[in-house]
Amino acid sequence: MLNLILEPLSFEFMRQALATAILLGILCAVVGNYLIVQRMGILGDVIAHAVLPGLAIAFFLGVDIFLGAFICGTLSTFIISWIQSQSRIKVDVAMALVFSGFLALGIMLITLLKSKLDLHEFLFGDILSVTTDDVKRTVIITVFVLILVKLFYKELLFYTFDPLGAQASGLPVNLIHFALNGAITLTIVASMQTVGVVLVVSLLIGPGITAYLLVKELYQMMHLGAVIGVISSVTGMYMSYYLNVPSGAAIVLVVSVLFLLALFFSPTQGIFTRPEMAHQRAKLMNQFKSQKTK
Amino acid sequence: MVDFMLEVKHLAVNYRGVTAVEDVSFCSLPGQIVGVIGPNGAGKSTMVKAILGLVPSTSGVVKFRSRALKQQLNSVAYVPQRSQIDWDYPITVWNVVLMARTVHTGWFRTPSRPSQEIVKDALARVGMLELRSRQIGELSGGQQQRVFLARALAQQAELLFFDEPFVGVDKKTEAIIFEVFEELKSQGKILLVVTHDLGTALTKCDQLLLLNKQMIANGSMKEVMTADNIQRAYGDSVLLLNKYVS
Repeated sequence: MLNLILEPLSFEFMRQALATAILLGILCAVVGNYLIVQRMGILGDVIAHAVLPGLAIAFFLGVDIFLGAFICGTLSTFIISWIQSQSRIKVDVAMALVFSGFLALGIMLITLLKSKLDLHEFLFGDILSVTTDDVKRTVIITVFVLILVKLFYKELLFYTFDPLGAQASGLPVNLIHFALNGAITLTIVASMQTVGVVLVVSLLIGPGITAYLLVKELYQMMHLGAVIGVISSVTGMYMSYYLNVPSGAAIVLVVSVLFLLALFFSPTQGIFTRPEMAHQRAKLMNQFKSQKTK
Repeated sequence: MVDFMLEVKHLAVNYRGVTAVEDVSFCSLPGQIVGVIGPNGAGKSTMVKAILGLVPSTSGVVKFRSRALKQQLNSVAYVPQRSQIDWDYPITVWNVVLMARTVHTGWFRTPSRPSQEIVKDALARVGMLELRSRQIGELSGGQQQRVFLARALAQQAELLFFDEPFVGVDKKTEAIIFEVFEELKSQGKILLVVTHDLGTALTKCDQLLLLNKQMIANGSMKEVMTADNIQRAYGDSVLLLNKYVS
């Protein structure tokens, strides 16, 4: 048993992949909670796909592609907010359009610039290609974002719960809004390489909504979500190693299974276990018994 | 006395090309409850939001204590309409009320002991201290409104804005809201209360603003609730309102 756990660790690429997966499990779960409570889960998906033009341009110019991705992802959130504030168009359709518009621009740029960017890797990630420098960057981003969340927790709580009340009390809500979107973009850019843009959204919101079914405060969702995120990414990595399946898909499947477990069996809200269901179960059992005795 | 008043001059709001509020002016003195009334779509909520700078105004000046209100938002408490809040948000009663202390506490700090005491007193005042560990979604509509009332109290504001505080609340909550309003009034605060309820709430107001995009009437209940004014604000639905006219 112990050998099963230790064997993959003898490879450096696995050690680096696991370290990255653990860091992202924590980071995505914590940051993703802000998407959940603002009912903006899809924004994770939008930003993830909207980074493509930035990648293409940065690749062409020979600058750090993570910088290009970050700038482009942040730009997409600005455009969504701008469309929303300037017209009667609702945020969901603004996001849908920005999503495909940026993706189309990216695909076009890759072709026009004859870029050697690997679209497959962009979409699905390749955690086994993680280098020591990548691990370092992930550590820096994770520590940086977690410190920000800790420092601005009470302001972010007020803003995400009651944006109007927060603004009326004098908090700089626009600054908070864009800083939060910046942190979300940074998290997505850091995760791109590992799980790819298609799957990153589930790493962002999966652990959080699982925790949401189990606890009743945002900071508890963050703590429990981080634990669930780490369990998912580690389990997913081992599955990927032993079953020889793509790591991103394996991690996301574990996330989904854990969510289903909570959905069915959460003590307070589980479909099979919530208090009113215990009532119904007892009723059914009684009916069953009385039929038996007849 | 005049130095402490709330002064709104020529406030106007255009919302995506449509005039929502047109040239509204009024003054309110400390120790006054100001009722903002008018038909649906009259721009009552929008006017309050524009006063606070929550929606951009196309023109107008808002002054409090002779200075721009925008520079003194730390003396303001705003309770939004119940429908603006996500009641499934993962937060407990205690932490909702603790939000009131966010700006007073300042960046990078955790709320002080006196702040915690203020929150405790506010919750006790509205009869919600026992339920402080409840998730807000587990409360009744009236209890939820009382939590927000406690939050407004804990902000220790001079100017308080309530948007439709009587919607969906029980008799007990209504009575508590009226009591707290009276207390705040006696402490010399200014309260602006948006309501479409033309019942008991109106009799508690010292000043009424009757709105339909523009100011139809402004003054005491007697001055404002005349048949002529109501006809101008509500148009054909006037028959329904006749019973409120003295």
